[in-house]
Amino acid sequence: MCLAIPARVISLESGDMAIVALEGIKKPVSTALLEEVTVGDYVLVHVGYALHKLSEEEAERTLQLMAEAGVLAEELEEMAGTSLEGAER
Amino acid sequence: MKYITEFRDGKLARKLARAIEREADPGRRYHLMEFCGGHTHAIFRYGVQDLVPENVQFVHGPGCPVCVLPVRRLDDAVELALGHDVILTTYGDMMRVPGTKQKSLIRAKAEGADIRMVYSTQDALKIARDNPDRQVVFFAIGFETTTPPTAVAILQARHEGLTNFSVFCNHVLTPPAIAHIVNAPAEPGETPVRIDGFLGPSHVSSVIGWAPYEPAARDFQKPVVIAGFEPLDVMQSALMLIRQINEGRHEVENQYTRVVTRDGNRKAQTLVAEVMEVRDAFEWRGLGTVPESALKIRAAYETFDAESRFALTPKQSREVKSCECPAILRGVKKPTECRLFGTVCTPENPMGACMVSSEGACAAYWTYGRKRGEAVRETAA
Ligand code: SF4
Repeated sequence: MCLAIPARVISLESGDMAIVALEGIKKPVSTALLEEVTVGDYVLVHVGYALHKLSEEEAERTLQLMAEAGVLAEELEEMAGTSLEGAER
Repeated sequence: MKYITEFRDGKLARKLARAIEREADPGRRYHLMEFCGGHTHAIFRYGVQDLVPENVQFVHGPGCPVCVLPVRRLDDAVELALGHDVILTTYGDMMRVPGTKQKSLIRAKAEGADIRMVYSTQDALKIARDNPDRQVVFFAIGFETTTPPTAVAILQARHEGLTNFSVFCNHVLTPPAIAHIVNAPAEPGETPVRIDGFLGPSHVSSVIGWAPYEPAARDFQKPVVIAGFEPLDVMQSALMLIRQINEGRHEVENQYTRVVTRDGNRKAQTLVAEVMEVRDAFEWRGLGTVPESALKIRAAYETFDAESRFALTPKQSREVKSCECPAILRGVKKPTECRLFGTVCTPENPMGACMVSSEGACAAYWTYGRKRGEAVRETAA
């Protein structure tokens, strides 16, 4: 659970939230831990929070390595499975 | 299916392996502890141990948040859920860890407790907003990476005036645990674990920076290299440690420069410091009581502290008998030395925390260890 996954910011929302996109999954994440963030930034997401900004190359490299290591699928599932809407299950 | 994933850049891996072989003095032993369960996982998945000479050994550390939480705190969470009629929210990793008498949160849920798995503290806040007539407790576990999201949730709850949200805080700190491992006297009947250097955690360090390891490196003369999660990072970091050991240096070096800086994420640190302070001591599974090794919620935020909101009864908590998790977390035993490993205890039916979390050493051994011989031949070919 210490893994963090790179995603791209596609819109900024109220209350320190942003929507990030990754592999077709869109997800609201908190940006409360970042000094500043803009649409198009790549961020490292951990338990629903953007922890850091990354360069695009770094984000892609990390994703590729995660995919090859087989951990990307797990992480995506976790991210998609418990979206904010799904929290009531 | 391959049990050990091949390196994408096999050439670079071989180059690093050759450099390690060349630089590791055959007359010396190098015991390198990877603190973090994420590294343990990478080492197993890629068979890194088998790519380095025999005198370079990886020792698995306690950096698995689910693994180090002592059984009493889990029992407390079960009590909160069953005895205080709250909605208990927690990360998925926590659900299947057996508590005293093998009672896990999943079992408490089956008995009627309202326990909900969340992906984020934001989900826990939403549950609190949607259920104003219920108390909602977030069972918080994890190292420094996972702490800032808990702090943000508390600040947000206060800002919104949520009166039915609180946190059962179990956040722990990495640097005091590292100091404790090198400094603590061995348990009776145990040979102390030998450690010549540490691979430091990457995402934890992205939050706290690498400066907080400096006192431990200096005082105990053990080099620390902050290492990224990828197998090539791990190998490069091992090489950096070997060089330090050969040269008699004990510095904190940063291999994971892509993300980690000396100071870390200042904003996250400030938010955590606003809401939480260091506990005098905290119990860890395996390590025992470690001074100043965990965080609690400050008195100013007491209303969001489940420990002061609910009266928890003292209890006689007990691990599953014969589970060697505590010794494994100290680095003195291997999972295969546990009688229950792979027979009674499997990921489907875990007897201890180290088999539940994918970051736990027992789960890593189970998933990759058994097939190691074959897979490594495949990888090396
Ligand atoms: S194999 Fe299971 S019972 Fe044995 S030490 Fe690991 S978690 Fe505990």
